[in-house]
Amino acid sequence: MTTTSIAAPSVGTAAKSGRANLIAGLSQAVIGVYAVFAFGLGARTQHSAKAAVGMALNPNAPGALHMQQFPAAPVAIALGALCTVCGLVRAFVTVSTVGRRWLTSGYVLAFVLAFLVWASAGTSGRGGISLPFAIQNTLIAAVPLILGALCGVICERSGVVNVAIEGQFLFGAFAGAMAATMANSVWVGLIAGCFGGALLGALLAVLANRYHIEQVVLGVVLNVFALGLTSFLYTQVLAPNQSSYNNPPIFQAIRIPGLASIPVIGEALFDNNIILYATFVIVVIVEIALFRTRWGLRTRAVGEHPRAADTVGIKVLGTRYRNVILAGLLSGLGGVWLSIGQVGAFTTNMSSGKGFIALAALIVGRWSPVGALGAALLFGFFGGLGQTLSSLQTGVPSQFLSMAPYLVTVFVVASLGGLVRPPAAENQPFVKG
Amino acid sequence: MTTDTTPEERAQEQEPLGGFGASLQNIFSAENSILVTVLAIVLALIVGAILMVVSDTSAMSKADYFFQSPGDFLSAAWHDISTGYSALFKGAIFDPKTVNGTPSQFFGPITGTLLDATPLIFGGLAVSLAFRGGLFNIGGQGQLIMGAIFAGYVGFAWHLPTGLHVIVAVIAGAIGGGLYGLLVGVLKAWRGAHEVIVTIMFNYAAFLFLGWLLNANGFHDPHVFGQAVSKPVDPNARLPHLFGDSVPTDISLVIAIAAAVVVSWFFRRSKLGFEVRALGFNPFAARTAGINVGRTRILTMALSGLLFGLVGVCQTLGTANANNNSLSPNIDANLGFTAITVALLGRNKPWGIVWAALLFGAFDAGAPIMQASAGIRVEIVSVIEALIVIFVAAPRLVQEIFRLRARRAAAATGGQA
Repeated sequence: MTTTSIAAPSVGTAAKSGRANLIAGLSQAVIGVYAVFAFGLGARTQHSAKAAVGMALNPNAPGALHMQQFPAAPVAIALGALCTVCGLVRAFVTVSTVGRRWLTSGYVLAFVLAFLVWASAGTSGRGGISLPFAIQNTLIAAVPLILGALCGVICERSGVVNVAIEGQFLFGAFAGAMAATMANSVWVGLIAGCFGGALLGALLAVLANRYHIEQVVLGVVLNVFALGLTSFLYTQVLAPNQSSYNNPPIFQAIRIPGLASIPVIGEALFDNNIILYATFVIVVIVEIALFRTRWGLRTRAVGEHPRAADTVGIKVLGTRYRNVILAGLLSGLGGVWLSIGQVGAFTTNMSSGKGFIALAALIVGRWSPVGALGAALLFGFFGGLGQTLSSLQTGVPSQFLSMAPYLVTVFVVASLGGLVRPPAAENQPFVKG
Repeated sequence: MTTDTTPEERAQEQEPLGGFGASLQNIFSAENSILVTVLAIVLALIVGAILMVVSDTSAMSKADYFFQSPGDFLSAAWHDISTGYSALFKGAIFDPKTVNGTPSQFFGPITGTLLDATPLIFGGLAVSLAFRGGLFNIGGQGQLIMGAIFAGYVGFAWHLPTGLHVIVAVIAGAIGGGLYGLLVGVLKAWRGAHEVIVTIMFNYAAFLFLGWLLNANGFHDPHVFGQAVSKPVDPNARLPHLFGDSVPTDISLVIAIAAAVVVSWFFRRSKLGFEVRALGFNPFAARTAGINVGRTRILTMALSGLLFGLVGVCQTLGTANANNNSLSPNIDANLGFTAITVALLGRNKPWGIVWAALLFGAFDAGAPIMQASAGIRVEIVSVIEALIVIFVAAPRLVQEIFRLRARRAAAATGGQA
């Protein structure tokens, strides 16, 4: 799918990149000036209000760290000014590709921090903005994104575009919830959910590799199919018999002794359920497998130059089938997290676009597992933002906070633009001969 | 790979890009026929029938003793399928019971089909317009929500004379959708952001924005307490009925057919249409030929969004709106995605899209009747629609299932699985 995304700047805007940088930089600078006025000089940060940052999930527990406070207005103004400077540099100074990436990162970071300082100003009475709570919300929102992005990495590295991650989440969540309820076991649900994701993966693999349907279109249609099928079965079978089909047990948190008592990050990182721990292990496994093993080398060869891979005796189609189906297990696990890892029930369209954010994470992470992890954590932070700020009474409508992950995704994908390059043979059906 | 020299890199990029655009062009034209389409519909209906039986828990309980008494299960299964599909037919085309009824009863189902087909014609044309320019617009939901917001706002906040008001409101809706599409085109052309990701994200943003608007002062209807609904549109701004007040068909059907004519003309005769098609075939060749790729992409997305804006107009100002012509959170009715299936089934050709929209409109119109009288939930329709598109997109699959002789010996594409 990203074939056009890399090519777009080289086709349309080669001559215009200077103008595009000018426009982008100036608009960033204008938003930076807005940040100075809204966050630094607004009513919330006046009268030397202090920004408050909570350091423990439960501040009243014995030995919990105290809340940290600092003056809000000067910090917010400084951060807003930093945004403006980043924008102006981008507009008027020619910087390298790497420099542009740093500028963008700095801009986003400064803007977000300015917003958070503003949001936490004068909230010491309500416990301030809690750092561990923010980390926890980030992780909860990031897990499906990480798993979905890993699935996408494996598929695209083997040359098959997978836009059906969203549908795989739904299959996984549905199968997980239903099987876990019927067997009254989360483990049965986990296995069923993974196979649910792999099933849609198998369908994608067959239709893409054997019947050569254009893969982006195919992915979108498979999403429509998965959403329709799970919604139909949910309203027809699950909803009328909630107790016998849709009342699954839920994965319980496992507290890791020792690590969980580290201040600030311990509770947030090491008191979670097994899927979250497994997710991080899987990132490491996929990273090593993809870049350090024979399987990984073959996978990448098939995704970059299938003809050459075929010539040296690698089974191109076999590799693609196997990888897409295997990767489906990961997306299925992401779905399991949604239904029996978190909520404890399946609901219609419960993935709500996370599969597409995972796809963006994979592009932003430049088709590498660790990069995808970083991008997924970034998007996860914004996904959990509404939850994190829920007790602070910021006055920002909840709908706008919910919009954050989607708009940030657009912003990051647009800033990265032509700087990324997908596997060369992506979206090209292989015909042996 | 990254150490290649520039021309080689260029060539490598060119290949997938040309492949992408060209395959979007040809996806449903090669070795396809009306026969395959019909068989695809039959196959999808068969899968739908299986789903009806599998999801009926009482029928499935009879399957437990299938080998003792197969008749029980088979008759229960047949009952499910026959009542389901006959209710679908009655709701979409014609109900024999209404032969002696009033005209509005007699023509009720078929006008319902026309009513549901109208937004799908706009939406299918919108998706196909982008497709033929090598762009995949799955942002229909967001664009039609923006169209609905613009049309609705002009409809209830402005007070213009009869005739003028509805025209202004329709144009406002088209502009709303067009601007939202334009934004995607700009991000694509200037920033290289992939339109599939951007449009999906904009869908959610638009949906949440609408949710906020419907509770905001000035938009929310103060007479409806506790419900997220906008003020109703002025009677002046509503689309007039086409065949008298007793039949729900409104003027948007005529506009939709006109839009199909215009899109058809656009691709056959206009300069921009030619440029869009050229871009879809091969952007590199198009640029070499002097076409401004960025500008054409932006205009393509804007026009596609404009057509989706008209879907929002139908949903807000038309008789399709069941909410007294006011905006509500579910105003999009998932039409953005159904439109994609319509465009694919219609093979990106304006008249093909009209037929495809009529078929899917019939499904959509019949589904509530099927749910009411046969107890089969409406969601099955989107499964059937997606399956039809998958089967149509994979003609070789249909040919294999029905043992049709392939037109060309497809030796080269023989499966290796």
